[in-house]
Amino acid sequence: MQAVMRAGLRYLPLVLLALAWEAVTWLNLVDTSALPPLSKVAVAWIDLIRDGELIDNGKASLYRGSVGLLLAVFGGGGLGLLMARWRLFDNFVNPLVELFYPLPKSALIPVTVLWLGFGDGSKILLIFLGCMIPVTIGAYNGARGSDHALVWSARSMGANRLRMMWDVILPSALPELLNGIRTALALAFILLVSSELIVSQQGFGYLIGYLGSTGSYEGMYAVVLTVAFLGFAADRIYQLFIQWLLAWRE
Amino acid sequence: MDGQSQIVIERVNHTYRPPRGRSVLALSDVSLEVRPREFLALLGPSGCGKSTLLYLVGGFLPIEAGRIAVKGKTVTAPGPDRGIVFQHFALFPWKTVRANILYGLERQGMPRAERERRAQAFIDLVGLSGFEDSYPSQLSGGMKQRTAIARTLAFDPDILLMDEPFGALDAQTRALMQTELLSIWNRTPKTVIFVTHDVQEAVYLAQRIAVMSARPGRIKAVIETKVDHRDPGVTRSKEFVEKVDEIWNLVREEAIKAEAKKPSA
Repeated sequence: MQAVMRAGLRYLPLVLLALAWEAVTWLNLVDTSALPPLSKVAVAWIDLIRDGELIDNGKASLYRGSVGLLLAVFGGGGLGLLMARWRLFDNFVNPLVELFYPLPKSALIPVTVLWLGFGDGSKILLIFLGCMIPVTIGAYNGARGSDHALVWSARSMGANRLRMMWDVILPSALPELLNGIRTALALAFILLVSSELIVSQQGFGYLIGYLGSTGSYEGMYAVVLTVAFLGFAADRIYQLFIQWLLAWRE
Repeated sequence: MDGQSQIVIERVNHTYRPPRGRSVLALSDVSLEVRPREFLALLGPSGCGKSTLLYLVGGFLPIEAGRIAVKGKTVTAPGPDRGIVFQHFALFPWKTVRANILYGLERQGMPRAERERRAQAFIDLVGLSGFEDSYPSQLSGGMKQRTAIARTLAFDPDILLMDEPFGALDAQTRALMQTELLSIWNRTPKTVIFVTHDVQEAVYLAQRIAVMSARPGRIKAVIETKVDHRDPGVTRSKEFVEKVDEIWNLVREEAIKAEAKKPSA
């Protein structure tokens, strides 16, 4: 009961914001074409669900986002671990990572379209490239920080180098790696929607742009709020997953 | 001589090369032999290279000059014939007590039923029954070190390398662990190299003490000790106190030298 109360209290500001939104539109304090009432946005949301538009575009977006993110987790994780344990590889790859790090990934949208066209491929590539960076850095820092006494213990108990990577380096790197993936998760949403907004015939971003350009602002807001909620939910679920995975840390 | 000695260290030098700054000669011309089932203490001031020597025997660091052989075979890499126990336990924090102890047995390819049985036997041996499913973060320092010792004993190395294993424990726990280590060692005789800077600990535990000089570490003296562990008041006996005094006199000079070489903070 107390937990429910506390959760309710925590999200109270959101409820207040929603009420204020509704109030200012009814009191004619804002232009309703720029900010339609929240209740109308809700109606538009139900319509979008009914005619399947939100679901179909959502499916396309979630597919691109999850494939791109998954590739980034494995690619970036592997890259970071290898860089941390293999000096020569590190010397070769590190400058590339450093160069790529500050580049605004949205600048690559036209490039990925040029390479892979307007479909799923270009979005997946963009998300992969953008999300790989924080994952790589997390894995790299985590693995670099692993205790050499743990490595030596495993070696003396008969673990070969590959085993040690899996049994010692990866779990040692896990806390930082998982944090990197959290950043990547947020980044995936950003890159997904911005790329779909610019060049796409499908997806949340496309739908936002389309509804906005045809003047269906209630619908546009409904999609924006849906994306915001999905991003928030994904982050919460991911944090619960981390807590469960790192329960040994106390 | 090799026939008598289990570990032979011959004219070993070691230079410590930090990623930044000047390299330092850590060990200079160290020679030492350890007999099978002997309990040998490596005693010296901090920074004298005694841990480095232990790591070289363990095969964790490359041997640059000289030779180290275990049972006549030159050491080139770590191996399950040499188990190690570290000052800060080096338990896998993501594994439970049981899983930590099982790890070495899994790597040795022991069948499942046998390794479960063996792990439990060692959990009981070090008095950790009831804590099998605890994570290291839930244990006290003494319990962590018991787990680490059980983990190393479980895969049955001939040689036990101990790197200031009780240095991170409080005085009471340390005294208890010393007694326990001796009782375990009496039941499962192994060759032990025990690194410490605590003279009393060395005299109490070891059969022989190799006293090392301040950096660069050399073997300054090797001294036989004999302590009657059946006598609970032995650490207050005249012979014990005199032995500690004798060795302390050897170490003191080195400790002063080591102190003088420390970079001023």
